[in-house]
Amino acid sequence: MDYIKAVEEEYTKKESGDFRVGDTVKVSVKVVEGTRERIQIFEGTVIKRQGRGIGETFTVRRVSYGVAVERTFPVHSPRIENVQVVRRGRVRRAKLYYLRDRVGKSARVRSRDY
Amino acid sequence: MPKGLLGTKVGMTQIFNDNGEVIPVTVVKAGPCKVLQKRTLELDGYNAIQVGFCEVKKHRVNKPKMGLFEKAGTAPYKHIREFPVDNPDDYEIGQEIKVDLFSEGDMIDVVGISKGKGFAGAIKRHGFSRGPASHGSRHHRRTGALGAKGPGRVFKGHKMPGHMGVEKVTVQNLEIVKTDMDKDLLLIKGSVPGPRKGLVTIKKAVKAKH
Repeated sequence: MDYIKAVEEEYTKKESGDFRVGDTVKVSVKVVEGTRERIQIFEGTVIKRQGRGIGETFTVRRVSYGVAVERTFPVHSPRIENVQVVRRGRVRRAKLYYLRDRVGKSARVRSRDY
Repeated sequence: MPKGLLGTKVGMTQIFNDNGEVIPVTVVKAGPCKVLQKRTLELDGYNAIQVGFCEVKKHRVNKPKMGLFEKAGTAPYKHIREFPVDNPDDYEIGQEIKVDLFSEGDMIDVVGISKGKGFAGAIKRHGFSRGPASHGSRHHRRTGALGAKGPGRVFKGHKMPGHMGVEKVTVQNLEIVKTDMDKDLLLIKGSVPGPRKGLVTIKKAVKAKH
Protein backbone atom coordinates (compact mmCIF):
# COMPACT_ATOMS: atom_id res chain seq x y z
CA MET A 1 0.00 0.00 0.00
CA ASP A 2 1.36 3.35 -1.00
CA TYR A 3 0.91 5.51 2.05
CA ILE A 4 2.54 8.57 0.54
CA LYS A 5 0.05 8.51 -2.31
CA ALA A 6 -2.80 8.13 0.14
CA VAL A 7 -1.63 11.18 2.08
CA GLU A 8 -1.09 13.28 -1.01
CA GLU A 9 -4.41 12.35 -2.53
CA GLU A 10 -6.28 14.25 0.14
CA TYR A 11 -4.49 17.48 -0.72
CA THR A 12 -4.31 17.11 -4.48
CA LYS A 13 -6.87 18.76 -6.73
CA LYS A 14 -8.65 16.51 -9.21
CA GLU A 15 -7.50 18.56 -12.17
CA SER A 16 -4.12 20.21 -12.36
CA GLY A 17 -5.32 22.98 -14.65
CA ASP A 18 -5.54 23.00 -18.42
CA PHE A 19 -2.82 25.52 -19.19
CA ARG A 20 0.68 25.36 -20.58
CA VAL A 21 3.84 27.39 -20.69
CA GLY A 22 3.29 30.44 -22.89
CA ASP A 23 -0.38 30.80 -22.10
CA THR A 24 -1.72 34.03 -20.70
CA VAL A 25 -3.71 33.22 -17.58
CA LYS A 26 -5.78 34.86 -14.89
CA VAL A 27 -5.00 33.32 -11.52
CA SER A 28 -7.62 33.84 -8.83
CA VAL A 29 -5.80 33.90 -5.50
CA LYS A 30 -7.53 33.95 -2.14
CA VAL A 31 -6.10 36.71 0.02
CA VAL A 32 -6.83 37.10 3.71
CA GLU A 33 -6.95 40.71 4.88
CA GLY A 34 -7.42 40.80 8.61
CA THR A 35 -10.52 38.71 9.02
CA ARG A 36 -11.91 39.24 5.54
CA GLU A 37 -11.14 36.96 2.66
CA ARG A 38 -11.23 38.18 -0.90
CA ILE A 39 -10.08 37.05 -4.30
CA GLN A 40 -7.22 38.76 -6.05
CA ILE A 41 -6.53 38.26 -9.73
CA PHE A 42 -3.01 37.97 -11.06
CA GLU A 43 -2.81 38.03 -14.84
CA GLY A 44 0.27 37.25 -16.88
CA THR A 45 2.22 34.80 -18.98
CA VAL A 46 3.09 31.36 -17.66
CA ILE A 47 6.87 31.15 -18.03
CA LYS A 48 7.46 27.91 -16.18
CA ARG A 49 5.69 24.80 -15.01
CA GLN A 50 7.77 22.62 -12.80
CA GLY A 51 7.51 19.53 -10.62
CA ARG A 52 5.11 16.64 -10.42
CA GLY A 53 2.29 15.56 -8.19
CA ILE A 54 1.49 17.65 -5.15
CA GLY A 55 4.71 19.64 -5.47
CA GLU A 56 3.95 21.00 -8.92
CA THR A 57 4.28 24.77 -9.30
CA PHE A 58 3.91 27.33 -12.06
CA THR A 59 5.31 30.81 -12.46
CA VAL A 60 3.38 33.72 -13.94
CA ARG A 61 5.13 36.85 -15.19
CA ARG A 62 3.49 40.18 -15.73
CA VAL A 63 4.77 43.66 -16.36
CA SER A 64 2.79 46.39 -14.66
CA TYR A 65 3.78 50.05 -14.86
CA GLY A 66 7.19 49.05 -16.18
CA VAL A 67 7.95 46.76 -13.27
CA ALA A 68 8.06 43.05 -13.93
CA VAL A 69 6.51 40.79 -11.30
CA GLU A 70 6.88 37.04 -11.22
CA ARG A 71 4.81 34.96 -8.86
CA THR A 72 5.11 31.24 -8.33
CA PHE A 73 2.06 29.29 -7.23
CA PRO A 74 1.68 25.66 -6.20
CA VAL A 75 -0.78 24.09 -8.64
CA HIS A 76 -2.62 22.26 -5.88
CA SER A 77 -2.67 25.10 -3.36
CA PRO A 78 -6.09 25.60 -1.75
CA ARG A 79 -5.45 29.34 -2.06
CA ILE A 80 -5.68 29.12 -5.83
CA GLU A 81 -9.35 29.37 -6.63
CA ASN A 82 -8.93 28.76 -10.35
CA VAL A 83 -6.69 29.43 -13.31
CA GLN A 84 -8.45 30.88 -16.31
CA VAL A 85 -6.75 30.83 -19.69
CA VAL A 86 -7.08 34.16 -21.49
CA ARG A 87 -4.95 33.33 -24.51
CA ARG A 88 -3.11 30.22 -25.66
CA GLY A 89 0.51 30.81 -26.61
CA ARG A 90 2.75 28.99 -29.06
CA VAL A 91 6.24 28.55 -27.64
CA ARG A 92 9.20 26.36 -28.50
CA ARG A 93 10.71 25.85 -25.08
CA ALA A 94 9.62 24.69 -21.65
CA LYS A 95 10.96 27.65 -19.70
CA LEU A 96 10.47 31.17 -21.02
CA TYR A 97 13.29 32.80 -19.11
CA TYR A 98 14.28 34.73 -22.23
CA LEU A 99 11.27 36.99 -21.68
CA ARG A 100 13.10 38.48 -18.72
CA ASP A 101 15.71 40.06 -20.97
CA ARG A 102 13.17 41.50 -23.35
CA VAL A 103 10.88 44.50 -23.28
CA GLY A 104 8.13 45.75 -25.53
CA LYS A 105 7.29 44.03 -28.78
CA SER A 106 9.89 41.29 -28.54
CA ALA A 107 8.58 40.21 -25.15
CA ARG A 108 5.39 38.86 -26.69
CA VAL A 109 4.39 35.22 -27.14
CA ARG A 110 2.84 34.07 -30.40
CA SER A 111 -0.76 32.96 -30.22
CA ARG A 112 -1.60 29.29 -30.61
CA ASP A 113 -4.64 28.29 -32.67
CA TYR A 114 -6.43 25.00 -32.70
CA MET B 1 0.28 7.09 28.82
CA PRO B 2 3.62 5.71 27.68
CA LYS B 3 5.99 8.26 26.30
CA GLY B 4 6.76 6.58 23.03
CA LEU B 5 5.84 4.55 20.00
CA LEU B 6 7.78 2.60 17.40
CA GLY B 7 7.34 3.07 13.69
CA THR B 8 8.91 2.89 10.26
CA LYS B 9 9.69 5.84 8.04
CA VAL B 10 7.59 5.76 4.88
CA GLY B 11 8.98 8.83 3.15
CA MET B 12 8.54 12.55 2.72
CA THR B 13 5.98 14.66 0.93
CA GLN B 14 4.23 17.96 1.45
CA ILE B 15 0.75 19.03 2.45
CA PHE B 16 -1.14 22.31 2.69
CA ASN B 17 -2.33 23.70 6.00
CA ASP B 18 -5.50 25.71 6.57
CA ASN B 19 -3.79 28.92 5.49
CA GLY B 20 -2.74 27.31 2.23
CA GLU B 21 0.91 27.20 3.28
CA VAL B 22 3.06 24.29 2.20
CA ILE B 23 4.25 22.09 5.08
CA PRO B 24 7.02 19.54 4.45
CA VAL B 25 6.12 16.33 6.23
CA THR B 26 7.60 12.92 6.90
CA VAL B 27 5.11 10.08 6.80
CA VAL B 28 5.73 7.52 9.54
CA LYS B 29 3.80 4.30 9.92
CA ALA B 30 3.70 4.05 13.67
CA GLY B 31 2.43 1.13 15.65
CA PRO B 32 0.41 -0.74 16.57
CA CYS B 33 2.79 -1.85 19.31
CA LYS B 34 1.87 -4.70 21.65
CA VAL B 35 2.77 -4.67 25.33
CA LEU B 36 4.97 -7.71 25.99
CA GLN B 37 6.22 -7.23 29.50
CA LYS B 38 5.97 -4.89 32.45
CA ARG B 39 8.86 -3.57 34.50
CA THR B 40 7.96 -2.61 38.02
CA LEU B 41 9.82 -0.69 40.68
CA GLU B 42 9.66 -3.59 43.14
CA LEU B 43 10.89 -6.22 40.74
CA ASP B 44 13.16 -4.39 38.33
CA GLY B 45 13.95 -1.12 40.04
CA TYR B 46 12.14 1.02 37.47
CA ASN B 47 8.72 1.42 35.93
CA ALA B 48 8.39 0.69 32.23
CA ILE B 49 6.54 -1.29 29.65
CA GLN B 50 8.17 -3.41 27.00
CA VAL B 51 6.57 -3.25 23.58
CA GLY B 52 7.01 -5.16 20.35
CA PHE B 53 6.63 -3.78 16.85
CA CYS B 54 6.53 -5.24 13.33
CA GLU B 55 5.27 -8.82 13.27
CA VAL B 56 7.57 -11.50 11.88
CA LYS B 57 7.28 -15.17 11.02
CA LYS B 58 7.85 -17.65 13.81
CA HIS B 59 10.92 -19.27 12.31
CA ARG B 60 12.75 -15.94 12.20
CA VAL B 61 12.79 -15.62 15.98
CA ASN B 62 15.24 -17.47 18.21
CA LYS B 63 14.11 -19.67 21.09
CA PRO B 64 14.80 -17.33 24.04
CA LYS B 65 12.85 -14.53 22.40
CA MET B 66 10.06 -16.91 21.38
CA GLY B 67 9.65 -17.73 25.06
CA LEU B 68 8.97 -14.08 25.77
CA PHE B 69 6.32 -13.88 23.05
CA GLU B 70 4.70 -17.12 24.15
CA LYS B 71 4.51 -15.86 27.69
CA ALA B 72 2.86 -12.67 26.53
CA GLY B 73 0.58 -14.65 24.24
CA THR B 74 1.35 -12.48 21.23
CA ALA B 75 2.78 -12.98 17.77
CA PRO B 76 6.56 -12.64 17.48
CA TYR B 77 7.86 -9.15 16.77
CA LYS B 78 10.97 -7.89 15.07
CA HIS B 79 11.70 -4.98 17.36
CA ILE B 80 11.41 -4.82 21.14
CA ARG B 81 11.82 -1.60 23.09
CA GLU B 82 11.05 -0.32 26.58
CA PHE B 83 9.33 2.93 27.39
CA PRO B 84 9.21 4.40 30.88
CA VAL B 85 5.73 4.85 32.36
CA ASP B 86 4.49 6.19 35.67
CA ASN B 87 2.35 3.21 36.52
CA PRO B 88 2.80 -0.14 34.73
CA ASP B 89 -0.44 -1.43 36.27
CA ASP B 90 -2.37 0.76 33.82
CA TYR B 91 -1.36 -1.62 31.06
CA GLU B 92 -2.19 -5.19 30.30
CA ILE B 93 0.07 -7.60 28.55
CA GLY B 94 -1.05 -7.90 24.95
CA GLN B 95 -2.56 -4.41 24.95
CA GLU B 96 -2.18 -2.44 21.73
CA ILE B 97 -0.64 1.00 21.66
CA LYS B 98 -1.56 3.00 18.60
CA VAL B 99 -1.09 6.42 17.06
CA ASP B 100 -3.92 7.88 19.13
CA LEU B 101 -1.22 8.27 21.76
CA PHE B 102 -0.40 11.48 19.94
CA SER B 103 -2.62 14.23 18.66
CA GLU B 104 -2.18 17.05 16.19
CA GLY B 105 0.09 19.79 17.43
CA ASP B 106 2.02 17.59 19.85
CA MET B 107 5.76 18.14 20.08
CA ILE B 108 7.88 15.02 19.76
CA ASP B 109 11.46 13.77 19.58
CA VAL B 110 12.29 11.22 16.91
CA VAL B 111 15.14 8.74 17.24
CA GLY B 112 16.47 6.86 14.24
CA ILE B 113 19.57 5.33 12.74
CA SER B 114 21.05 7.79 10.25
CA LYS B 115 21.81 6.91 6.64
CA GLY B 116 25.29 5.52 6.04
CA LYS B 117 27.69 7.83 4.22
CA GLY B 118 30.68 5.46 4.14
CA PHE B 119 34.20 6.80 4.65
CA ALA B 120 33.69 10.55 4.53
CA GLY B 121 36.17 13.38 4.47
CA ALA B 122 36.41 16.12 7.09
CA ILE B 123 34.38 18.61 5.04
CA LYS B 124 31.33 16.37 4.87
CA ARG B 125 31.80 14.74 8.27
CA HIS B 126 32.67 17.74 10.43
CA GLY B 127 31.76 20.73 8.29
CA PHE B 128 35.34 21.90 7.72
CA SER B 129 36.00 24.59 5.13
CA ARG B 130 37.53 23.63 1.86
CA GLY B 131 40.75 25.03 0.41
CA PRO B 132 40.97 27.13 -2.75
CA ALA B 133 40.17 25.31 -5.97
CA SER B 134 42.93 27.00 -7.97
CA HIS B 135 46.12 29.08 -7.68
CA GLY B 136 48.18 25.95 -7.03
CA SER B 137 47.40 25.51 -3.37
CA ARG B 138 46.89 21.74 -3.71
CA HIS B 139 44.84 22.00 -0.54
CA HIS B 140 41.39 21.23 -1.88
CA ARG B 141 39.43 19.08 0.57
CA ARG B 142 42.18 18.34 3.07
CA THR B 143 41.82 18.21 6.82
CA GLY B 144 44.37 20.89 7.65
CA ALA B 145 46.64 20.95 10.68
CA LEU B 146 46.24 18.22 13.29
CA GLY B 147 47.74 20.13 16.18
CA ALA B 148 50.73 22.01 17.51
CA LYS B 149 54.32 20.80 17.55
CA GLY B 150 54.34 21.10 21.32
CA PRO B 151 52.65 17.94 22.52
CA GLY B 152 54.28 15.95 19.77
CA ARG B 153 51.15 13.93 19.19
CA VAL B 154 47.59 14.27 17.98
CA PHE B 155 45.01 14.64 20.73
CA LYS B 156 42.38 11.96 21.13
CA GLY B 157 39.07 12.66 19.48
CA HIS B 158 40.56 15.01 16.89
CA LYS B 159 38.13 15.55 14.02
CA MET B 160 39.40 13.61 11.04
CA PRO B 161 38.01 11.72 8.04
CA GLY B 162 36.35 8.42 8.83
CA HIS B 163 33.14 6.48 8.79
CA MET B 164 30.02 8.63 8.84
CA GLY B 165 26.39 7.76 9.38
CA VAL B 166 24.67 4.60 10.67
CA GLU B 167 24.52 6.03 14.16
CA LYS B 168 21.73 6.83 16.56
CA VAL B 169 20.41 10.33 15.92
CA THR B 170 17.71 12.17 17.84
CA VAL B 171 15.87 15.11 16.34
CA GLN B 172 14.13 17.17 18.98
CA ASN B 173 10.99 19.25 18.96
CA LEU B 174 9.25 18.12 15.81
CA GLU B 175 5.57 18.83 15.45
CA ILE B 176 2.88 16.32 14.63
CA VAL B 177 0.89 17.82 11.80
CA LYS B 178 -1.66 15.07 11.45
CA THR B 179 -2.54 11.59 12.62
CA ASP B 180 -4.37 8.94 10.66
CA MET B 181 -5.94 6.31 12.88
CA ASP B 182 -7.17 4.03 10.10
CA LYS B 183 -3.80 3.66 8.42
CA ASP B 184 -1.67 4.09 11.57
CA LEU B 185 0.11 7.08 10.07
CA LEU B 186 1.77 10.06 11.68
CA LEU B 187 2.64 13.13 9.64
CA ILE B 188 5.62 14.83 11.24
CA LYS B 189 6.74 18.30 10.22
CA GLY B 190 10.25 18.26 8.79
CA SER B 191 12.71 15.46 8.29
CA VAL B 192 13.45 12.42 10.39
CA PRO B 193 16.74 10.46 10.59
CA GLY B 194 17.23 7.25 8.67
CA PRO B 195 16.35 5.66 5.37
CA ARG B 196 12.88 4.73 4.20
CA LYS B 197 11.59 1.62 5.98
CA GLY B 198 14.02 2.43 8.80
CA LEU B 199 12.93 2.01 12.40
CA VAL B 200 12.15 5.22 14.24
CA THR B 201 11.19 5.79 17.85
CA ILE B 202 8.75 8.59 18.52
CA LYS B 203 8.78 10.07 21.99
CA LYS B 204 7.12 12.99 23.72
CA ALA B 205 9.45 15.95 23.40
CA VAL B 206 11.79 16.34 26.34
CA LYS B 207 12.30 20.06 25.86
CA ALA B 208 8.82 21.03 24.70
CA LYS B 209 7.33 24.09 26.35
CA HIS B 210 3.88 23.48 27.73
